[in-house]
Amino acid sequence: MVKVEFLGPINRDTIEIEASTLKDVSTILKQDEEIAKWLDKCAVALNDTMINDLNTTLKNGDKISILPPVCGG
Amino acid sequence: MMELYQGNLDIKEIFDRWLDEESESNYGAFIPFIGTIRAENNIEGLSFDIYEPILKEWFDKWQKKASLLGAKVKMAHALGDVPIHTSSYISAVFSPKRRVALELIDEFVEDFKANAPIWKYDLINGKRVYAKDRSTPMNGAGLLL
Repeated sequence: MVKVEFLGPINRDTIEIEASTLKDVSTILKQDEEIAKWLDKCAVALNDTMINDLNTTLKNGDKISILPPVCGG
Repeated sequence: MMELYQGNLDIKEIFDRWLDEESESNYGAFIPFIGTIRAENNIEGLSFDIYEPILKEWFDKWQKKASLLGAKVKMAHALGDVPIHTSSYISAVFSPKRRVALELIDEFVEDFKANAPIWKYDLINGKRVYAKDRSTPMNGAGLLL
């Protein structure tokens, strides 16, 4: 199982899912209409490091963070 | 150095302290940038969420980049609600010479706006409204599309 947390304004509780790559996470999240609306604008972190490869493999206990558009300052 | 505070920042205390900290460091240029909440669109203030682990990682990269130029960056940011006419953000670059400081503060603040994991909300009638139109997708956004 991996944890998926939704940061900032997405306003959803953390979920746990079965996924062996980020591609699996994408497939599962797209099934949720509300979450799917955010995906084109969101960046992704794995265990608090930003990542850019959809083929990244996942292991049990990994934490994936979904980061919506930002505006600090 | 990165500092986070609940509510608006005490800019004068932070600014004075940073000057004192570097008074013997032999930097020739010091450029601060301060962000203050303007009264517009009937907001009472702004509110902020921060994801600290990734903000720290982002800031550490900038510290290393500044260090390679012989410079130093510092920043402080507010968490939660910040009323209008108070400040939510201060950053500063210290460097041996002005050119590095001028270029670095520009790049640093622009990248901060685009990639620091901070989410802004307008405070309207006591409620938080996500500042969607003013927000920027971070580098790599759309990966899970």
